[in-house]
Amino acid sequence: MLVFAFYLFAVLVIASGAMVIVSKNPVHSVLWLICAFFNAAGLMVLVGAEFLAMLLVIVYVGAVAVLFLFVVMMLNIDFAEMRAGFMKNAPLGLAIAIILLAELVLGIGAYRAGKLELGTPLGDAAPVAGASNTENIGMLLYSDYIFLFEAAGIILLVAMIGAIVLTHRERRATRGHQNIAKQNARRPGDATVNVKPEVGQGVEL
Amino acid sequence: MDLMASLAIITPEIILTVTGLLLLLAAAWGGDRASRMISIAAAVSLGSAFAIVAPRVCAGAAGMDTMAFGDLFRADAFAGLAKLMIFAAAGATIVIAPRFFDRVANMRAEYPILVVFAALGMSIMVSATNLMTLYIGLELNSLAAYVLAAFLRDDERSSEAGLKYFVLGALASGILLFGMSLVYGFAGTTNFIGIAQAVKGDLSTGMLFGMIFMLAGLAFKISAAPFHMWTPDVYEGAPTPTTMFFASAPKVAAVALLARLMMEAFGTQIDAWRQVVIAAALLSIIIGALGAIGQSNVKRLLAFSSINNVGFILIGLAAATVAGISAMLVYLAIYVVMTVGSFVAVALMRDADGNPLEGISDLAGLSTTRPVLAAVMAMLMFSLAGIPPLFGFWGKFVVFQAVVEADMLALAAIGIAASVIGAFYYIKIVKVMYFDEPAGTVTGEGDTPHWALLGICAVIISPLGYILTPWLGNLADMAAASLMLPA
Repeated sequence: MLVFAFYLFAVLVIASGAMVIVSKNPVHSVLWLICAFFNAAGLMVLVGAEFLAMLLVIVYVGAVAVLFLFVVMMLNIDFAEMRAGFMKNAPLGLAIAIILLAELVLGIGAYRAGKLELGTPLGDAAPVAGASNTENIGMLLYSDYIFLFEAAGIILLVAMIGAIVLTHRERRATRGHQNIAKQNARRPGDATVNVKPEVGQGVEL
Repeated sequence: MDLMASLAIITPEIILTVTGLLLLLAAAWGGDRASRMISIAAAVSLGSAFAIVAPRVCAGAAGMDTMAFGDLFRADAFAGLAKLMIFAAAGATIVIAPRFFDRVANMRAEYPILVVFAALGMSIMVSATNLMTLYIGLELNSLAAYVLAAFLRDDERSSEAGLKYFVLGALASGILLFGMSLVYGFAGTTNFIGIAQAVKGDLSTGMLFGMIFMLAGLAFKISAAPFHMWTPDVYEGAPTPTTMFFASAPKVAAVALLARLMMEAFGTQIDAWRQVVIAAALLSIIIGALGAIGQSNVKRLLAFSSINNVGFILIGLAAATVAGISAMLVYLAIYVVMTVGSFVAVALMRDADGNPLEGISDLAGLSTTRPVLAAVMAMLMFSLAGIPPLFGFWGKFVVFQAVVEADMLALAAIGIAASVIGAFYYIKIVKVMYFDEPAGTVTGEGDTPHWALLGICAVIISPLGYILTPWLGNLADMAAASLMLPA
């Protein structure tokens, strides 16, 4: 049963990944991407990482993919034009893919052969017996790492302030907006200026 | 570790956080009209954080317990001294900001708030004894800094500076994180002391890679050559108060962070990183000196000057001794004063309408039109060049003394020779101010906060500053001694 579930999820992840690239309509691509995320979450549940699976669904499907969808639908990107460069860039993309694959194979091979001596965890954060992954992570996050957790929250706040500072504009009424004080404060000296233009040089306003 | 004890140790950080949050609410309700009140409150909160840290630094090793939250955070004298410089520089930024922004656009209430959050991030950085704390502090500071650089969103150069800083900063963060993941993978811990134990004896290739990547990422943050390319553009485009901030506080934070990481985590493998630091130091000194020569914009020139100065700071780190770290801290303190002074002087370059000027040609003949400003600026330039009667010389002197004591005569000789090249463009500014025909463009009046700041900086860098040397040296020695060097 487990094996069947694994192959089901694995095949679906790869198939939807391929569909992301192949499908003509960018909106469909994003929908296939969401499908891939869901199946990857299923794979994580199978290996017992239910917290990561939840995060993947909540963060990636709930936020990131929806954001992609917004970007795709809001921005008027000419996808036909972008696709025109596909064949030209394909060899480069393939080369990078092959290099990455070779590095993965070499790295995992070296590790399997015992050539890489990775560090061993200190083990001072031993899991609580009988508690789930989520409970254990929460236990650490809200006790030992509370400082980092709160500081990370402030980072997100700063990012939000930044986005608002850089984009938010006060909306002014386009007509009927009269500042009487400003009109009264205006003096002839502000509006007129004496110039002495050279002959034939014109006037700079 | 008891939570309350930890909270007591991070009191300065808590003050900054709480004021930042409260002021954000004040800004939401009060709008930009409240910006004056918010600036004052932000400066007061930085001042009170300063007042809390100062006695802890003076107490040195005899002070309170310094470890907070297990192994995540350490508020020792080293971090304390760096925090004093950071809070002072951030406070100076808030003081000169309103005048600048009122002229160019409207002063907005978020500016001092972002400066407070950036100072919070830096204060976490210098106290980090764990890779995770390091990264969180660095990102908090960087994110605020990107926004501060792009703050004049209607100004093309400011937007460009923000975007450039953001893209390259994100790349540097990526490089740093990659290095951190390698170090974690090979050490099995993110704690500096744990890493020091893991690298005791021999350094595996993977660990070496991780360390070099981390060095590169941090070298970007302190704009050490060859990772300095962003500096002139960002410094030129960013609003002047922001540029002053970038040139002072984040440099202190990132240098202190780098020193702590290298000395505490990789202190047993000095030979592995010293050559990299030496190369970066010499390259920064030379590139900073040569690049500045052709500049026509004062802010760009000061950007190259900061690259040049980072080189001298790194020479102190390259000594890799307690004396070297102490010399580095002395240099940093003097550098912050000189930088703040130079940028306040730049902020005082205004035309008759109060619009900011940035060209070196605008300085022509300043000695006849604005003699006081010209005299102070000349002092700052001579001090940055390290010419003896001024205090800038002392910083260079202690750094080279530490290097010579560590038996690195060649490095000292090359560094001193290269500092002569740097002196050229500093003196060129003095020449433009004193011997060129007056351009008569700098006619605007300054205001009291600017002159007060400039006065303080001028007094410290003047020969009177040498009265401070025993005290400053003592503080720096205590700070350097508080680092937990692996035996």
